[in-house]
Amino acid sequence: MLSRRLKMNGRGVVDGFGAGEAVVSRQAMSFFGGVEPRSGIVIETGHELEGQSISGKVLVFPRGKGSTVGSYVIYGLRKYGTTPVAIVNIETEPIIIGGCVLANIPLVDRLDKNPVEMIQSGDWVEVQGNIGSIWVTKGAASDTALRAMKR
Amino acid sequence: MFLTKKEEQILVGEEGEARRLAMKLLVAIGDAYEAKRMIKVHSAQISGVSYKTIGEPGLEFLKEFSSTGASATVRAMLNPAGMDLNRWRELGVPEEFAQKQLEIMRCFRNMKIQPTCTCIPYFTEGASLRGQHVAWAESSAVVFANSVLGAYTNREGGPTALASAILGKSPLYGMHLNDQRTPTRLVKVRCELGSELDYGLLGYWIGGGVGSHIPRISGLQEAPSYDELKALCASMAVSGSIPMFFMKKGADRREGHEVMHVDREELLKTHRALSSEREFEHVCLGCPHLGLKELRLIARVVSGRKAMKKLWCFTSRHLRGIAEQQGYVGTIEQAGGKVVCDTCMVVSPIREMGVNGIVTNSCKAAHYLRSLNRVESRLASLEECVRYALA
Repeated sequence: MLSRRLKMNGRGVVDGFGAGEAVVSRQAMSFFGGVEPRSGIVIETGHELEGQSISGKVLVFPRGKGSTVGSYVIYGLRKYGTTPVAIVNIETEPIIIGGCVLANIPLVDRLDKNPVEMIQSGDWVEVQGNIGSIWVTKGAASDTALRAMKR
Repeated sequence: MFLTKKEEQILVGEEGEARRLAMKLLVAIGDAYEAKRMIKVHSAQISGVSYKTIGEPGLEFLKEFSSTGASATVRAMLNPAGMDLNRWRELGVPEEFAQKQLEIMRCFRNMKIQPTCTCIPYFTEGASLRGQHVAWAESSAVVFANSVLGAYTNREGGPTALASAILGKSPLYGMHLNDQRTPTRLVKVRCELGSELDYGLLGYWIGGGVGSHIPRISGLQEAPSYDELKALCASMAVSGSIPMFFMKKGADRREGHEVMHVDREELLKTHRALSSEREFEHVCLGCPHLGLKELRLIARVVSGRKAMKKLWCFTSRHLRGIAEQQGYVGTIEQAGGKVVCDTCMVVSPIREMGVNGIVTNSCKAAHYLRSLNRVESRLASLEECVRYALA
């Protein structure tokens, strides 16, 4: 199986590089009351990611919502080692920006394609915050696919 | 965004780690909102003070940040904390919570931030705010400052307001720009508003309908009082993320924007959606904090009588001092009520203090107590609430 590597260009909001498996939500996210910092698990009742871990993942969602205390929660994730490796938004806002600055998480938004539609959970995503670009390798078994390609 | 030479030096860490991080945060926000440059702010008002809201992650951050030499360079104030900083024992705040809260206060004190602990800083800052650029985080105070006082502030968050306190600057975008301060929705009120509760319900309805737009409200028969405006500002900033509003007494002929009509029936629907019908043992007033006129009204109603239910009146330490001189505090406490400062029912650990439902005039409190604490509220006007406490 050949995997397709798709590049999207957008805006780098917080710099840095991060790569990992995508966790994608179509819903806005509140970190305050929405994510448990010690585990990195989404706890917001009724949220489509409820029960899933965002730790070590590239987290893709439309935008932040809720209390600005959310920035401190993202910082808390860094303390407990449960941060996402990068965040991709459709259009970001100060809560997420604040959290990503405090916790050193690369953040990209305003991509030329809708990331929430183009990326599926399990895709491999590389995020380059300095230039605002991301690369998406489709397929849940992307690691294997990449290794197969190299061989 | 354009940075001065000095700002660039701060960004690369020449003035220490705390100022570097604060600058990095403000530049990231400024770039995201296409700010052209930084602007000086006269004051900063910081949210995220209660241990109940910021929890361990917030405390950890404040400890680390304050230990890197962060220090406010402009007038810096705080939102309410999680308890009355002097009388917490008397009010049943758990010891462990209190110790964490006191630790948070030490962090802020180390950063030279004044423990004003109020959501109505404008009642002490006064009218001198006209034309001033500030960086305030309390959402109701943001709307009040922009709309009523003629100040300029974006809806800051705890971290950005803290960064502005440290640097005395804020990125120049949004509500700091005159051309952004213009109505984009028209709201026509088709009923009379009788109390501050009606204004709160109106605000809650507007916030739900216009989201982050700037409404222009018309059709009011009378100009609202400061206390009614306070209720309006608070609730529209809760159900929506409105940064400011405009108001025109009487009819509005202006067209060209989406128009929304609101009548008594809509306000009653809002009331039913927010309010519980049950009876409760605690009457909590002061979200946003009570002003002097409201404390005077409460004192007049309870004077010489005895409260049959718990009557908690929340205000700032500053205003409590004045209310004490005026005799309001004495009258209210003789009647069995408490005038509590530095905190409110939304940010204190109210469940742990034995409260499972409250009677209040605040739509904002009703909204947050339900969503954050699973505590129900029964809504009534200020005067009705006080009479409820006496009955």
